[in-house]
Amino acid sequence: MKGYKIECMINQALQDLIGNWFPNPEVKNISEVVAVSETEDATEENVENPEPVNPSLLEFTEEGSQFLNITVQPEQFYALMTQLKNNTETHFDYLFCLSGIDWGEALGVVYHLESTTHRHIVVVKVKTEDRENPTLDSVCDIWKTAEFHEREVYDFFGIKFNNHPDLRRLFLTDEWEGFPLRKDYVDDINMVIK
Amino acid sequence: METTTVNSNFKSEEYFINMGPQHPATHGVLRLLLTIDGEIIKKVQPDLGYIHRSIEKMCERDSYQQIVHLTDRMDYLSSHINNEAVCLTVENALELDIPERVKVIRTIIGELTRIASHCLWWGVMGMDVGALTTYFYGFRDREMINDIFEETCGARLTMNYNIPGGLMFDIHPNFVKRTKEFVAHFKTKIPEYDRLLTGNVIFQKRMKGVGILTKEDAISFGASGPVGRASGYSCDVRKHHPYSALDKVTFNEALKTEGDSLARYEVRIMEMWESLSIIEQLIDNIPEGDYKVATNAVIKLPKGEYYQKVEAARGELGVYVISTGTKNPYRLKFRSPGFSNLSLLNHISVGGKIGDLVATMATLDLVIPDIDR
Repeated sequence: MKGYKIECMINQALQDLIGNWFPNPEVKNISEVVAVSETEDATEENVENPEPVNPSLLEFTEEGSQFLNITVQPEQFYALMTQLKNNTETHFDYLFCLSGIDWGEALGVVYHLESTTHRHIVVVKVKTEDRENPTLDSVCDIWKTAEFHEREVYDFFGIKFNNHPDLRRLFLTDEWEGFPLRKDYVDDINMVIK
Repeated sequence: METTTVNSNFKSEEYFINMGPQHPATHGVLRLLLTIDGEIIKKVQPDLGYIHRSIEKMCERDSYQQIVHLTDRMDYLSSHINNEAVCLTVENALELDIPERVKVIRTIIGELTRIASHCLWWGVMGMDVGALTTYFYGFRDREMINDIFEETCGARLTMNYNIPGGLMFDIHPNFVKRTKEFVAHFKTKIPEYDRLLTGNVIFQKRMKGVGILTKEDAISFGASGPVGRASGYSCDVRKHHPYSALDKVTFNEALKTEGDSLARYEVRIMEMWESLSIIEQLIDNIPEGDYKVATNAVIKLPKGEYYQKVEAARGELGVYVISTGTKNPYRLKFRSPGFSNLSLLNHISVGGKIGDLVATMATLDLVIPDIDR
């Protein structure tokens, strides 16, 4: 196994690094809202504050998963993904799984990212509450594999992706009504419910 | 003279033809819409879904034992490895302690599956570029592996030998003997493959410098398996995230840097040697012990998310399970290697000839049920 065990960043270090890109404007000592912080300014945590305020706009959790999970709002989503790929410390260049998920009240997409140089893995989750016309940003221009995967998600969940070069149904015909992998999809003929 | 064009995407000298869904070189029901200028390919658009069964939706209503059987029908040439992926996901989620015997047997059969898959690929690869004999040679050797599987698992293709917790039953008494016979036999046959096809001048000219994929593009397109490794991208899951007994064996990751069709071909030939080596290291030392651990009749995974990746014959297969604590998964996603590998077909075949597209596709080794899950 020589050469295959690369020292990768531990999840806490990753969390601190990525969290600092999107500081929470509600935290004290931050005077102005910065959408994408290119610099590595550390957010000063207010240790005297009795209520724990998330210093970042991103939510991190490792609960119930073997990877570090990042939940991001659709507004910051594209900027986060660009940073994750381009920053040399993270360098997540391999998008190995892109899954659409129907959470019931919200529709979302889960991105599994791995770095081929550092060999660390994160999971990015983004959700939208709008079930009628769900729209998220495309990451096609960051990872080319996303083009087909996003078409698959559009086909089965009806999530539209901004700036996708060719957003059409992939597996189903253009006339198909509804989005089969949504939980509220009904098909009395083809679906066998036990 | 004014002309009216129906579709503004086309220039007057370009036209489009269908390749498939019944084309013999697409190895299944894959339809490619080719935009061509003379014989030069301008664009390749896959049209998918001819055999889509929505396995992911079916998984949401099935129990975990039943899901294992569905995975046979994805990439049917590496069915054992697909089964293993689901079983590992369930076992890791339940934190079961799997006996060493199970791990070793799973790895041996997994590598036999890989050889069988590569034998079939090698046979049809030769046929796609016009060499009929390879087909018979490849199938002759694959038949020996299928006979071993038949004796031990009761099935030759969709084996269903893995269950969550171990194996369905113990190996057949003849298993070790016949596997050793096969390894000895196949060691004399790979050089024969090389003499017949690899060194052939016509074959070399069809393969060299065709369909080049750079390392950056391979990573960006999510290429995995032999396709990624032929571009110098170290992506062997068996090395980076070892599972079952793969951390106990030594083998080399088959890597080439050229990224052309010939490199993808050679990587698979190298992989067959490595698989033989893995089998040889394990076959004499199969530990004694149980062939399964007891699980509940109704398996309920704890609430949470689980991801397991394995190296199937075509590349990285991922199983992503979201469980809410019930007996069915809330959502189950298969990250199939063929789907990502297909997405780069347009990129590497534009500018080439139609004949080269057939050869390039053969080196991608697409299995359509794996793409149309």
